[in-house]
This record gives sequence, C-alpha cells and structure tokens, in this order.
Amino acid sequence: MSDHFPALIIVVPLLSAFFIAAAGWIRRTLCFPIALFAMTVSLYSAIALLCEVVTEGRVIYHLGGWSPPWGIAYDIDYLNGIVLVVVAAVAFINLFATRSSVALEFPRKLGPFYALYVLFVTGLLGIVVTGDAFNLYVLLEIAALTGYALLGMGEGRAPLASLNYIFMGTIGASFYLLGIGYLYLATGSLNMADIATLLPEIYHSKVVLLAFIICMTGLFIKMALFPLHFWLPDAYAYSPSASISLIAPLTTKVMVYVMIRIALTVFTPRFSFASPTVSASFVWLAAIAIVMASIMALSQKSVKKMLAYIIIAEVGYMVGGLWLGNRNGITGAILHIINDAAMTLCVFLAAGNILFKLKQDSFDHLQGLFRKMPFSMAALVIGALSIIGVPPTCGFFSKWYLLLGGIDAGQYGFVAALIFSSLVNVVLFFRIFEIGFFESAQEHHPTGRAPIEEAPLEMLVPLMVVAALLIVLGFYTGDIVNNLIRFALPAGIA
Amino acid sequence: MNKTIGLITVVLCGVMLLIGTADFPDWGDPQSPASRHVSPYYIEKSIPETSVPNIVTAVLADYRGYDTMFETTVIFTAGIACFFLLRVRRKEPEIRYYRHIPTGITLRIEQGAKLPEDSKVFERIDTLYAPHDLIIKTTARLIIPFILIFALYVIAHGHHSPGGGFQGGVILGAAIILFAISYDLRSANRKLSERAAALLSTIGVFIYAGTGALCLLLASNFLDYSALASILGVDPVTARSHGILIVEIGVGTTVMAVMVWIYYNLSSRGRQDEGL
Amino acid sequence: MDDILSILISKYNYWGYIILMMVGLYAMIIKKNLVKKIIGMSIMQTAIIFFYVSIGVKKNATIPIITHGHNGAADIVRASDYINPLPHVLMLTAIVVAVATLGVALALAIKIYRHYDTLEEDEIHDFLKNQAE
Repeated sequence: MSDHFPALIIVVPLLSAFFIAAAGWIRRTLCFPIALFAMTVSLYSAIALLCEVVTEGRVIYHLGGWSPPWGIAYDIDYLNGIVLVVVAAVAFINLFATRSSVALEFPRKLGPFYALYVLFVTGLLGIVVTGDAFNLYVLLEIAALTGYALLGMGEGRAPLASLNYIFMGTIGASFYLLGIGYLYLATGSLNMADIATLLPEIYHSKVVLLAFIICMTGLFIKMALFPLHFWLPDAYAYSPSASISLIAPLTTKVMVYVMIRIALTVFTPRFSFASPTVSASFVWLAAIAIVMASIMALSQKSVKKMLAYIIIAEVGYMVGGLWLGNRNGITGAILHIINDAAMTLCVFLAAGNILFKLKQDSFDHLQGLFRKMPFSMAALVIGALSIIGVPPTCGFFSKWYLLLGGIDAGQYGFVAALIFSSLVNVVLFFRIFEIGFFESAQEHHPTGRAPIEEAPLEMLVPLMVVAALLIVLGFYTGDIVNNLIRFALPAGIA
Repeated sequence: MNKTIGLITVVLCGVMLLIGTADFPDWGDPQSPASRHVSPYYIEKSIPETSVPNIVTAVLADYRGYDTMFETTVIFTAGIACFFLLRVRRKEPEIRYYRHIPTGITLRIEQGAKLPEDSKVFERIDTLYAPHDLIIKTTARLIIPFILIFALYVIAHGHHSPGGGFQGGVILGAAIILFAISYDLRSANRKLSERAAALLSTIGVFIYAGTGALCLLLASNFLDYSALASILGVDPVTARSHGILIVEIGVGTTVMAVMVWIYYNLSSRGRQDEGL
Repeated sequence: MDDILSILISKYNYWGYIILMMVGLYAMIIKKNLVKKIIGMSIMQTAIIFFYVSIGVKKNATIPIITHGHNGAADIVRASDYINPLPHVLMLTAIVVAVATLGVALALAIKIYRHYDTLEEDEIHDFLKNQAE
C-alpha cells in the first residue's frame, strides 16, 4: 500500500465524503468521526509522500495504469510535497477548531457541511498533486463549487457576496481553461511535463504567448490580485465563521502554487523570465497591489474585513516574489506560502473565537477583550507579530527573503512596498490591541477584574497549537529552506 | 461609466484574442499538432486494448477515467450545495384541507384531529396547489415509460453508439422531472423521495470510486480495470470493457439522482411543498 | 488587409467563438439583473466548449466510433479517418462543470430573492445603503 500514497491521499477523503453525505441522512453523529478519519489519513499520506520525495526523488504515479501523455499522471516533487503537507495540516487542525461553531450554526445540516468540507480539501489536494493540466481544471472547479456553497450560507449579504464570487471565479476558471485549450492547440498534449518538452520549439509563436497571458490572467482573478480582487473582501467578511477559517488560508495560496507551477514547470524559466520588462511590470503590479490593499485595510471597521484586505496584500508579496526571478525571491515566495497559510489560520481562528463569544466583530465592541479572552488575544498577538514580520516568528523570515530578492533584482519599488505594508500592519493591529486593552466605561466591575469568558477548550487548543507553530516554523526556517525549498527551484534561475 | 469600462475591456480582450488566431493551425487540418500527437494512439489502440468501439467512451471512462470520476463528484457536489443552501424544513400548517374525490366534499381539518391517509380517495389541497390538467397528465403518462427505456438504452449502448452514463442519466432525470412538472411535486416526491435521491447519488459515485478502490486493493494502480480480470473471470481486455460499463452505470445513477434533487430544491425554493 | 482576409477565410470559426465569448463576458460585466449575468456566464462557457470541439475537427473524417461487422473484428483503423476524440472527452467534463456552476448560481439567486425580494443589483444596493443609514 505504501507506493499508492498518491492515490490514497485523494481516494480516502473522496470516499469519506460520500459516506458523510449518506450518514447525514441516516445517523448524524457519524459525520464528524468520518471527516476526522479522512483528514488524518490525508495528513499521514502527505507527510509520507514528502518523506518519499526527500529520500527517493520525484514520485510519479500512473492512474488507471496508463503512462502519460495518454493517461493522467500524478507528479510529486519538492514543491508539491511541501504544499501538500501545508494543505493537509491546515485542514486537520481546522476540523477540531470549528466543531463548536458548526454545531451552533448548522445543527441540522451536519452531513452536507462536512461532506462539502472534505470535498473542498480533496479538491485542493488534487490541484496540488496532479500533473495533468485539464485534471487541474476539474479539481479547481470542485474546490471552487464547494467554496461557493460554504461561503454562501452566512447571513445577510453572504449570498450576494458569494454570487459575485461565482461570477468572478467562473471568469477566472474559464480563462484558465481557454489557456489550456491554446496550449493543447499548439502542442497536442495535456500532461504538464510533456508540454514542457514540446514547447521550446514554438516559443516564438503567438499562441504560446497568448496561452501564457490568458492562463496567468485567469489565475490572477482566482487568487485575488489587485485590481481583480473585488470578490474577496465581501465573500470572506460575511461568511459563516465555520467555513472561513478553512477557506481563507488555503484558496489563494493554492492558486499561487498553480501560478508557480505553470510559470516554472510548464513554461520554463527561459520563457517566463525572458523579457525583463514583462517581469518588471508584474513586480510593479504586485507592489501596487500591496500598497493599495494595505491602504484599503486601514479604512475597515470590522476585524474580518480588515483581515481579508491583509490577505490581498499577502498575495501581492507572493506574486512579486515569483516574478523577481532570482533565487531569493522565489524562495521567499514558496516560504511565504507555508508561513502565510499558518498566519492566516491563526488570525482567522482567533477572530472566530471572538465572533463565537461576542457574536460580532466591529471595532466598537472589542473593549476589554484582553481581560475577557486572554488566550485568544495572546494568539492574535503572535499572529499579528508574524504578519508584521517580527523575528522569531515565521513571517519575518519570508519577508527577509523577499526583501533580499528585491534588492538583488534592483526592484526598489517592491522593497519599498514591503516595508510600507509592514508599517501599515503595525498600525492596523495595534489599533485592535489598544481597543482591547481598555475596558468600556459601563463594564467596570467592583473587584476591578472582568471574568474570563474564554472560548471553549476545543476551539482554544488548536489555536494555541497554531500560534506555537508560527514560532516553531520561524526557528526551523533554515532547515526548511536548505533541505526542501532549495531543491524545489528549477535549474535555470540565478 | 460602468458600460464604457466593460466595453473597453471586452473589446481589448477580443482584439488580443483575434490577433492571436494568426498562428493557429487551419480549421480541419489533419496535420495539426493536436491531431498528430496523442489522439492517434487512442484511435488505433482503442479496440485492441479495451474492445470498446466508441473511442470517446473508452477515453472518457478508461484512459482518462480519473477525470470522469471527479466530474461525477462535481455534479454530486452541485446537488449537495443546492440542498445545503436552499433547504428549509417547512413547519406543518395547523389547518389542512382535503378533498374527497368521489363526492367532491372539501374537509377542513384542524390541528389535533385525525388526518386521512394520503390515499387515492382523499386528495390534499392547500394554498400552494397545482391545478389538475387532464391532457398534460395523460400525455406524460404515455410518454414517460418510453423515455425511461430510451435512457437505459443510451447508458447500456454507450460502448457502440454515442451515449454513455452522463447522457443516459440526464434523460432519466428528465423523465422524472417531466413527471414532476405534469403532475405535482408531491406525487413525484412520493415516487422518488428526496432522501432516496440523495442516497442514490451517493451510491452512484461510490460505485465509481469503489471500483477504482477495488482495483487498488487488487494490487494494481487506482482505476486500472485490468485488475478486475481475476474477479470477473475474463481476460484483461474484456475486463476493461466491463469495468467501463460498471462505472457508466454508476455515473448514470448519480446524474439522474442529482438532476432530480436539484430540481426539487430549485423549483420549490427549498421548501418542497409545491413548486411548478 | 490581404493578410487579415486570408486569416479570416481559413480560421473564421475561431473568430466566431471569440466573438461569442466576448458577448458572454460583456453580459456578465455590465448587466444589472442577476439572472442576465448568469446567462452571460453560460454563454461564455459554451463558447469555450465550441472552441475546444473545433480543435478536433479533421477534413473528410467521420465520428470517432469504429465501424465493425457483426463478428466484432475491426478492419485496419487509420487515425486520419476519425476525428480527434480527446476534445470531446474534455468537453463532456466541461459541460457538466458548467451545469453544476449554473445550478449553484441559481440556488444563490433564489436565496437572494428570498431575502431582498428583487433580483436587480442596483435595487439591492439601494436597499443596503438605506439599511446602513
């Protein structure tokens, strides 16, 4: 069974999703245990796959027994393996943390919720592990459809926000499909490694250039890069807190992974970085994205919307890091995928705890939170320090690599944008901390101390684990970069 | 303002795509890269390796069977998503109206009194009541069995003629939706309840993934139907043909169940009392 | 001018699909009614499906079902006699994905209607603005 891990990592969650859907109609208490089993097997398989890649090199698995390009193949190398572990770990931790919110918000629809949860994770794992471009589109749509449904179940403006997300997400996915169609027209193959061998003869053709532009545009829409980011703040702000801590850390990062995969593996660095003006313009676009997102985050009045704009800025970091085109930049981008997933999970779980107890998250109502919910706010502090980029949390190190890459490539605009965004993040978070430190006038207790009304234990423990993970990841950055990320970069990069 | 931005974007996009067509291969060129590279293998080797003459079915369910499994999962996800988003359990009203068909007397039953069973003699009418139309009902009753048989033919004959699981499943679903439209939603619910549709959709896609997992347990790669040769007792090539048939049945079941389920939820706005 | 004309004659099908795709995209961007936007989305996805299917066409070739006699044995099969089956397979998947997205979009539209009693985007915005004040 050990050489079938690439299949198991997808098949077990997929079959479990069907069992959960059936259990929702027959016996509802079985839903959570089956979901837990599925996530555990995925996490185990992801870690086992990464170890296999480290010890034995690239893992290729032929589905249906047909070798590529006639069949579909899974192709796992260092880049894949890292992102697989990130996705599986976030999904696993989040399952525990959201159990109480789910029981509160959807008591009668546990079956469909957990089935959609597991299917979302299956879609993302499939996107990361596949080596076939059209298979990636199908899995992209699975992840997107489950995301639309999970986000559309909030109150108030959630359905409208989710419908706008459907429109923009479908445009993005359709552009990606069109780009793959152009590549198929030009080469006749759908397998990513095969296309990479067939493309160099036709680099000069307009079809290949158009395929590149269209694919990238579609992916930029799906990862919410400014100015195509309009769907993200509304969709994330009004969503139920049970879904947002799963969707927010993962969706945009996996799209960044797909962008890196297409830019570095399908269109090799020879093509992607061939024109310095194109790369420079992408870096400038990323810098503008970071600056605009940070400015827009300043004017928000609720925690979740502010965090949504911070996500848009973080996407700008990763896109800029890739298009810097040098080792430090791309290392920074890949490292930031790992770190940003952890940071986003931490702050969204903390926001979820606040919402669970206070039932709303606008800034006016956050007074005295440090006394009332000390552990959640402590985790929020660690997450904030990581987003700002303070050592020894992990956020500092990925920013450091991005800064080094920017200086190496001479892109001082990008460097300035990074520093500006750190300063704005300081302002954003310290505003919250300031409100949280002081109690409001009506709540003065006779003994001088407010009672602790912390979130339940099963929401707190995962949050503490993630907060600790941020610091641990920071300490192990050197190991991660030298043993894993260094081999994920292709050969042709300075 | 919004219109001009939209128009400029669309025109720019269109012009860029149109200029790109200069390097395309001509329409219908048999020497284009797409016709030379991967597909000749499928056309030439379909019968020797899978013994299925319909090359599209062979590629869909065998060579790229993994994609098809996820496609079935997509349609299953759409069913669950519609259910998750829309379904509200309606509170039973306190006063119900029933009509006694032979005599035409209308009964008004208040809460707490004994309800007549849902039988042929008593017919339930409430505020959201679909009227009774003789011509449509009779025509539908005559046509629906033939539609069902044709759908089963499309699924079963997918190896030799255009067809297969998706096409047959949609026709099956269309037959049941025709029944729901011509009669009313409650009668359709009696024939195929929402719970049965949901469980059928799960079973269908489970057949597909389960066949793949069975191949995995028989020490071959996932979805490698030649491993089924040991169970079915035939040579590997025929085993592939049978494997394709099994997964097509699974696909057809799921597609039918999900079409009906989505119709139930969309047409009645989630309440499933009465819709179209 | 000569150049454009020659391209148009040999590749007019691709031009048709691109125009159709842009029509769908335009509808999605500027229309105010939510159902019209959903229809635009459907048009755009259908245009992409047409584009893929037209990649697989070959002159003087028939549909990809191998004709054979009753004994089941096939004659020599030449690849140039049958059109390319792969785009058809891919587009079966794309059609199903388009239908699934349409279903979810309509479910969300019903939910919005339930809440705001209208499907026009500007009316919903006015309602939200009044509510916020």
